[in-house]
Amino acid sequence: MASTIAQLSTVPLSVQGIGKSFGKLSVLDDVSLEVKAGELVCLLGPSGCGKTTLLRIIAGLEKQDIGRLMIGPKDISRAHPQERDYGILFQSYALFPNLTIAQNIGYGLSTRRLLHSQVRERVQEMLELVGLSAMASKYPGQLSGGQQQRVGLARALAPSPSLLLLDEPMSALDAKVREHLRYELRSLQRKLGITTIMVTHDQDEAMVMADRIAVMNQGRIEQFDTPENIYRSPTTPFVANFIGHANWLDYQSLSNGQAHLGAVSLNLDKVTMGGPGRLFCRPEALRIDNHPQGSNSMAAQVIEKLFLGNRYRLTVELDQLRGQPLVAEISADLNGAPIDAERVWLTFPSHCLRAFPGAVR
Amino acid sequence: MTSLHFPQPAPLPPEPLTRSPEAALSDLVFTRGAKLLMVLFLVVGLALPLMTMLGKVVDVQNGLAGVWQLLSSSRFLWLLGNSVKVSLSTVALVVPAAYVFAYALQRSRIPGKALLRSLSLLPLMAPSMLSAIALIYLFGNQGLLKSWFPDGIYGYSGIVLGQAFYNFPMALMILISALGLADARLYDASISMGANHWKTFINVTWPGTRYAVFTASCLVFTQTITNFGIPVVIGGDYQVLAMEAYKSVVGQQKFSEGALIGSILLVPALISFAVDAWMRRLRGSQVSSQAAAYVTPTNRSRDTVLLLVAGVIGLALLSLVVVAVGASLINFWPYDLTVSLRHYDFESNGDVGWLAYRNSLLLASLTAAIGTPIIFTCAYLMEKTRSGWLDNLLRLLCMLPMAVPGLVMGLGYVFFFNHPANPLNGLYGGIALMVVCCVMRFLTPAQMTATTALRQLNEEIESASLSLKVPLLTTYWRVTLPICLPALLEVFRYLFVSSMTSVSALIFLYSPDTILAAVAVLNLDDAGNIGGAAALSTLILLTSALASLVLYMLSRGLLRHTQHWRTGHA
Repeated sequence: MASTIAQLSTVPLSVQGIGKSFGKLSVLDDVSLEVKAGELVCLLGPSGCGKTTLLRIIAGLEKQDIGRLMIGPKDISRAHPQERDYGILFQSYALFPNLTIAQNIGYGLSTRRLLHSQVRERVQEMLELVGLSAMASKYPGQLSGGQQQRVGLARALAPSPSLLLLDEPMSALDAKVREHLRYELRSLQRKLGITTIMVTHDQDEAMVMADRIAVMNQGRIEQFDTPENIYRSPTTPFVANFIGHANWLDYQSLSNGQAHLGAVSLNLDKVTMGGPGRLFCRPEALRIDNHPQGSNSMAAQVIEKLFLGNRYRLTVELDQLRGQPLVAEISADLNGAPIDAERVWLTFPSHCLRAFPGAVR
Repeated sequence: MTSLHFPQPAPLPPEPLTRSPEAALSDLVFTRGAKLLMVLFLVVGLALPLMTMLGKVVDVQNGLAGVWQLLSSSRFLWLLGNSVKVSLSTVALVVPAAYVFAYALQRSRIPGKALLRSLSLLPLMAPSMLSAIALIYLFGNQGLLKSWFPDGIYGYSGIVLGQAFYNFPMALMILISALGLADARLYDASISMGANHWKTFINVTWPGTRYAVFTASCLVFTQTITNFGIPVVIGGDYQVLAMEAYKSVVGQQKFSEGALIGSILLVPALISFAVDAWMRRLRGSQVSSQAAAYVTPTNRSRDTVLLLVAGVIGLALLSLVVVAVGASLINFWPYDLTVSLRHYDFESNGDVGWLAYRNSLLLASLTAAIGTPIIFTCAYLMEKTRSGWLDNLLRLLCMLPMAVPGLVMGLGYVFFFNHPANPLNGLYGGIALMVVCCVMRFLTPAQMTATTALRQLNEEIESASLSLKVPLLTTYWRVTLPICLPALLEVFRYLFVSSMTSVSALIFLYSPDTILAAVAVLNLDDAGNIGGAAALSTLILLTSALASLVLYMLSRGLLRHTQHWRTGHA
């Protein structure tokens, strides 16, 4: 039964120098992306960053002004959407309301030279895959949002495409359902091993689901890397700010492996030279202690302390850098030494500090 | 089981399944092809006739001097004066009445709204001459209430009253939709600042509806100035331009004079069309997406007044219809008031009544059956597919019928299709050309109905179809059309009823074999057989009303039948 599913071909997708503008407004500017076979890549960014346009260009629903698209060895840059080998799940699912679930799923098979029995079998197979066998003769309007999403997915997968495109698949769902379906969708994609591009503006979603994330901003890809690397080593201030929380400290210069911030100098792992810029550090990378801890440790005043259940969020101010509050998140584990004092020592582990020269706020 | 006989299905080969160049080709043929055909249809059926008519304005023999001579003649100025006076009077009578009526339907809590609404649609079900015939029975030389009009109903007052009756529903529909749009937040703000009802009306309701009042006024003006059915029946010695255009072409064969008057009658339509389009762009969307629904507050005294006024208007509309229908059943008005079907016995009087009625039925059915798919598909392609310059050209051509009065279109058809050098000359006088003319004439409003329905569909249905490699035509047939079936029926109804009752363009196109009922009404009246005219009008009215009722029931039943999938998916 699972034979056809296992036989999905996995192909890489190559996006090369795509540019697109609507009138005077440039939406995509020289975007390139190499997606490996079987990989799930998230296009992540704020609204208006061009991520949906890029997805629609890959689907052939929009035409790029410039650039090349390859699915496997085939150049599909100028191909009509119907000549491209993909399935897509739309944000609204775009199910056909007057057709039953089974008819919806079989829609892409209906015009093929297939036996009725073949179509029926394939539909049944897809219904089982998404766990909706009991719903075959219902209509989309009679299903919950999560079920509709699964129908949309089954419909997209039924003709065995070698590329799956997901356009904000979770945005129409309740927060609770959304969380659950992330894992479900992810494990289904793993099971099928189908090359997948997903558009989302939700960083948690991207983190949980993606093999690699392409963070997009103003029509460009800022960084394309694994979730870990995106989070830990953002290559641009935009990525650092967009993913997770960030602390920023202005510095005047870099020299001798140190960043100089007025009266303070902090050791960095990566030695660079240069003029002014900003230092970046994640809240959970900061250490808070009752005593100084080696290098990069400084006296600080606690301004605010929030209890978040599994952790504390502290807002602190260095004695030597007044007016630049920093946020630190520390474990609320009962075994650790409690931090009650208002006077603490704040430590910047040197490997967690990144300097962005010339970066403006 | 049967499945034993089939081999186990082989794994679906991914190549042919997920790619379909044939579908891409068929889409191109469907979208481009249909759009090009539509452009061709509109050019031949509308643009060329119109241009031919405009080209005929300057007579070959007399040149521009002839134009000037005609325009400056005292007779022309008299006709023009009469036309403008009648049209302005009709606007002044109809638009305020329709506004109050619409206000009563949309902004009050009076009982019997459905009944009032149905009554208001009655004038659309019959040819325009019905009101004039009823007025003659009521106030004419042998009228029941002759004393109400001591100077006689024939002439100015008869034309204005008849036009008012005929134009009322058209003005009403525009005003109803304008008054249906209301943002409760504005009303709350006005009341909370201490404004009374009158002040709220002036500051909130009126600004929100004055454009619709202008649009309705323009429509009534152009409809009235180009209508000749009513003046022919009840005008007497009081003549107007539209009649003159008709008579000069049909009676006197003075083509350039007809073309000239037709062109002049095109002017108010074009001006109001242009101003309307300009204003539409200027004001943009009236109601923001955050608008809160307006709930009419209770107000007894307001509702009493509105019910009274709307009731009187409704009664007036009904009484004209009742008089016309009743008179057609009376043996010899006003001397022998026994009921008889004598007037319906067209054959023995040597009249063409039943032939005309059959022709009209055929024309209306053909127009609806052919026009509905053409218009709906055109609206679909314009709304859901993109083809660059072709879209803009088509959009322009599709708006044109709205700006061209029926009389002008009819004249254009005479000049264009009746020309011996035209290869389509053979169509002239046949039912086919009349169908083309009707589809053209009623294209724009029908298309607007279709577009409104199509805009309510999920925008990504076509994208989904593309991604599943299914030809667009298949999805149009399997998904879009079934969802839009109620709108489809409404378009069908509109085309049927409009073709059934229309006179203005068709009167130039018939031959003795293809005479139409509404045209025969005019001819019967002309021949002094007002009873026959009333009888034939009644037949048209009943047919239109019956067709509307049947289609309405069909639509209702359809909605109930498809309830299981329509819930939650409007």
